[in-house]
Amino acid sequence: METGTWKVKTGLAQMLKGGVIMDVVTPEHAKIAEDAGACAVMALERVPADIRAAGGVARMADPTVIEAIMKAVTIPVMAKCRIGHFVEAQALEALGVDYIDESEVLTPADESHHVWKHDFNVPFVCGCRNLGEALRRIGEGAAMIRTKGEAGTGNIVEAVRHMRTVMDEIRKLVNMPEDELMAEAKELGAPFELVKEVHDTGKLPVVNFAAGGVATPADAALMMQLGADGVFVGSGIFKSSNPKVRAGAIVKATTHYQDPQIIAEVSKNLGEAMPGLDIKQIKPEELLAPRGW
Amino acid sequence: MKIGVLALQGAFAEHISVLHRLEVETLPVRLPHQLVGLDGLIIPGGESTTITSLMLSYNLRADISRMVENGLPVLGTCAGMILLARKVSNDGIEPVAVMGITVRRNAFGRQRESFETDLAIPVLGEKPFPGVFIRAPLIEQVTDKVEVLARLDNGTIVAARQGKLLACAFHPELTDDLRFHQYFLSIVSGEQ
Repeated sequence: METGTWKVKTGLAQMLKGGVIMDVVTPEHAKIAEDAGACAVMALERVPADIRAAGGVARMADPTVIEAIMKAVTIPVMAKCRIGHFVEAQALEALGVDYIDESEVLTPADESHHVWKHDFNVPFVCGCRNLGEALRRIGEGAAMIRTKGEAGTGNIVEAVRHMRTVMDEIRKLVNMPEDELMAEAKELGAPFELVKEVHDTGKLPVVNFAAGGVATPADAALMMQLGADGVFVGSGIFKSSNPKVRAGAIVKATTHYQDPQIIAEVSKNLGEAMPGLDIKQIKPEELLAPRGW
Repeated sequence: MKIGVLALQGAFAEHISVLHRLEVETLPVRLPHQLVGLDGLIIPGGESTTITSLMLSYNLRADISRMVENGLPVLGTCAGMILLARKVSNDGIEPVAVMGITVRRNAFGRQRESFETDLAIPVLGEKPFPGVFIRAPLIEQVTDKVEVLARLDNGTIVAARQGKLLACAFHPELTDDLRFHQYFLSIVSGEQ
């Protein structure tokens, strides 16, 4: 019996596909998420909208919070460490979380290097804005990717930008003759072997979810139609006026993303969505997506 | 032959891809009307709580349960096995309850305990089968109608068959070994 293999790391992400991973800050939230059909939860001290509002340095959550959430639900529990903070990652692995998100939502601990994720038994998910960034993270051992979007804004525009960019760059690679792949790998700043693999298979070697700005069932279905394998919803659920109903509606819209009738139906009477932020109103130094490289 | 793959959540695309390699006509199933005319159904791995809740919301559960009673062959892998079980011993989850097995959910622990191991599955021949276990369930008890197909070295039951129902705790759809799916198709066609 071998644990921590690439197959079981990427395999868990495959089991999450078509599902919704919800940010939760209490065991009660976690239970609401599970009952609404979340395929996993992200255990946090504060949702991204509150992290954004609070400012200062955002760190790994208190293990007490994470453990209480792990006890409350039977679905996989993820937790975030700071970019490059491999000791936070070691602590999360020791707690037994099912996936570690090396996340730009927290304040980076290292401005040059991400965590070397191959060293861990527990799998990692990392954010990306484009294909090069996705393949660099996979090269370091990320077993799952998510597009970054702009967390805590309730604004889908950045998530769409990042997903379209990744998909466009994949399509470009697929159509490229082999003798141009090395130059493209240099251009993307990505490992050649992974560039070649995307060229040959037409897809990323790991599961890719959408994140950062999903606030409505239609937002979730939009990301699925653009090619996401599933969605993360951060502040979008527990910053809305009726989290339980909205969570269930987003789960249904993610499954039935190709069915406008169902999306229209589940979008009824959800109450107020989270308050949104115009990206242009955010100071450049307060944007989260440019964190990491 | 037309095989449906329950496509509510989880690794349904992986099963569809295996069936395409075996040149079988395949249909993703999200709503009850898509069950009509199927010769067999695969319930994939994923989160059993999520799949259960989505099955309830559009009445799929009742239709699947009725079709199984009328003899529809079903393969359930991991979460799919949980949904087929008569009883889940450690959880409030309500399975479709068509197969005489009692299962334990997340039986090996959390993700860090997920593992790969070679399995002896006599009905597939002598060559070991690559077992991929991800937050996997196990089979605690079987009724006398159930045939045990595979065990771990310590005796734990991880695959079983009851008539046209086939269940496993591992993920054949994540491997390049097509034999488990071929075995299911031979059940569908009536050869086995």
